Amino acid sequence: MRTSLFLQFLINGIALGSLYALIAIGYTIIYGVVGLINMAHGEFFMAAAFLTMWGVMTYNLPWYVSFPIATIITVLLALLVDRVAYKPLRKMKTSSFIAAISVSFLLQNLFIVVFTPRSKPFPHPALFDEVILFGDIALPVVNIAIVIVSTILFLILSFIVTKTDIGRAMRAISKDLEASQLMGVNPNKVIAFAFILSTAFAAVGAFMYCSKFPYVDPFTGAIPGLKAFIGAVIGGIGSIPGAMVGGFLLGLGEIMLVAFFPTLTSYRDVFTYLILILFLLFRPGGIFNVKVREEKV
Amino acid sequence: MKNKKKPLNMILSITSIILLILFSLWAQNHLDSYQIRLLNMWGIYIIMVVSFNLIFGFTGQFSLAHAGLAAIGAYTVALLTLSPEAKLISFFIEPPIWPISTVQWPFLPSLLLGGVITAFIGYLIGAPALRLHGDYLLIVTLGFSEVIRLVLVNLPMICNGAMGLKGIPDNTNLTVILIIVVITVFVVKRLVDSSYGRALKCIREDEIAAEAMGVNLFRHKMLAFVVSSFFVGIAGGLFSNILGTIDPTTFKPYLTYAVVTMAVLGGAESLTGGIIASGVYTIMSELLRAVEAPRVIFNIEIPGIPGLRMLAFSAMLLILILFARSGIMGSKEFSWDWIISRFTKNQKKSKKGDTVEPS
Repeated sequence: MRTSLFLQFLINGIALGSLYALIAIGYTIIYGVVGLINMAHGEFFMAAAFLTMWGVMTYNLPWYVSFPIATIITVLLALLVDRVAYKPLRKMKTSSFIAAISVSFLLQNLFIVVFTPRSKPFPHPALFDEVILFGDIALPVVNIAIVIVSTILFLILSFIVTKTDIGRAMRAISKDLEASQLMGVNPNKVIAFAFILSTAFAAVGAFMYCSKFPYVDPFTGAIPGLKAFIGAVIGGIGSIPGAMVGGFLLGLGEIMLVAFFPTLTSYRDVFTYLILILFLLFRPGGIFNVKVREEKV
Repeated sequence: MKNKKKPLNMILSITSIILLILFSLWAQNHLDSYQIRLLNMWGIYIIMVVSFNLIFGFTGQFSLAHAGLAAIGAYTVALLTLSPEAKLISFFIEPPIWPISTVQWPFLPSLLLGGVITAFIGYLIGAPALRLHGDYLLIVTLGFSEVIRLVLVNLPMICNGAMGLKGIPDNTNLTVILIIVVITVFVVKRLVDSSYGRALKCIREDEIAAEAMGVNLFRHKMLAFVVSSFFVGIAGGLFSNILGTIDPTTFKPYLTYAVVTMAVLGGAESLTGGIIASGVYTIMSELLRAVEAPRVIFNIEIPGIPGLRMLAFSAMLLILILFARSGIMGSKEFSWDWIISRFTKNQKKSKKGDTVEPS
């Protein structure tokens, strides 16, 4: 393979990996704090992208107005879902998982019923369509933007988690719920904050993802959501660096598999699932070997 | 179970089964094909839900592998019953490889083999997966289910890839499905009421306590999972016969969630509940399908609303899991004693459902 082609694949892989990492963080934060696999996370992702598109199409808002509004609506939606569907089932793991699946289908089909299942072009900044040429390496601007935006977000996240009180409270809860309550941490506040944080990350991820693959429909969230979830499990669900690394490696690995073994492209998802299964069977804590918080089912 | 009324109960059960079989023979010739199809689908859903109850409701292992396992059964039966000529026509991506290209079996042996192969795959999946707990178990089983589906997509020489199989001969009728349903319910009921069943319930309640009492956790979980897989395979085989056309998208995880919905609706620990719930699901599914399709009433064209069916089901599942987790029947079962005590009111309500499980 020519070096320039390889570099192009590499940058593409880094961009996709950063996107998966952004979304995977959402799964891992919620799992760490609430102990719930939030299957509706992909649908929050879709809702953010869809509402951004809708604001631009219907009300002729510019994207930089529509996107923040869509993000706020999606965050409120996530808080509502948590209050209505997840909170009453906090201690019941199986039931809350079933609730999460039904919320996921509910949102997906709500968008189908309200907005029709047709896929629509996503209004992204015109700058993202351009390609910069370095010699014979073609660099799409959108990939560079993805890498920059996600790096900034990772830095913000690590600041929040390590340097602020709410971040410390989040980490405390994911280590030991009862002890942190005894130390005066209000779990409801922290859980609400976790949902705000994870949904906001999903919204930014959705904006970048839909700029890279510029169409949006009610099923947009399903595949990146699932891949990011697998990334979070591979990294060690519950651990934030784990989600970053897992999501990143999964995206990079996907692109590299296609680059080096083009004949195996259709087996890509099989490999993804096999890696997931192997990790769960032999190292359920993921790359970072996260200790699961023991809870009564 | 063991009381004086047992001979009477048995007579009642056998009589009602005979009556049901007579009804199915009558229905096969007198009802229209749409109604027969609905009854058939009900029967298949019963088998799926009852086998899910066994692993989820009674053993407490939340497995999401149902769709993938049903796919194994469906493809096995379809490939065995399709004639070699029909296969040559439909396999236009790549010709089928040797044993598949020539084999053609009668229906019942292929259905049985479908069940056995599915049980074997269930064994292969369960052996590693059932060592895990909770979230990890459900992710792994979901992963296996998807791997099965994706492998089917990628094997054009065995199962025609994403094109699926068409023109599967319809060898079933209502009576066959009814008999299989009766066998399934009977076997699962007997298993659940046996000492094995008590061990399974013990595992569900507390694994550590069960192990301390000498229950071999892994062996019992495997038993439940393999038996459940066998019946899912049978259900899948019947499914392929009723549908006539299968492709990998038929067996997306949505099928599993539909089974979960039915199990929760009926009450995860009640076979009776599963039977009722699968009937409700079948009818609701058809009614909402009608709403989704566009139609013309009094020259006004009413556009169909796509997605409404799934919206209704997901809303129903959410409401059930939030407000009515025990479903229609909870852990109660239908029993003749209960019916008898209803009719003979002068008797005190002393025996209300002798098969009610202590929960």
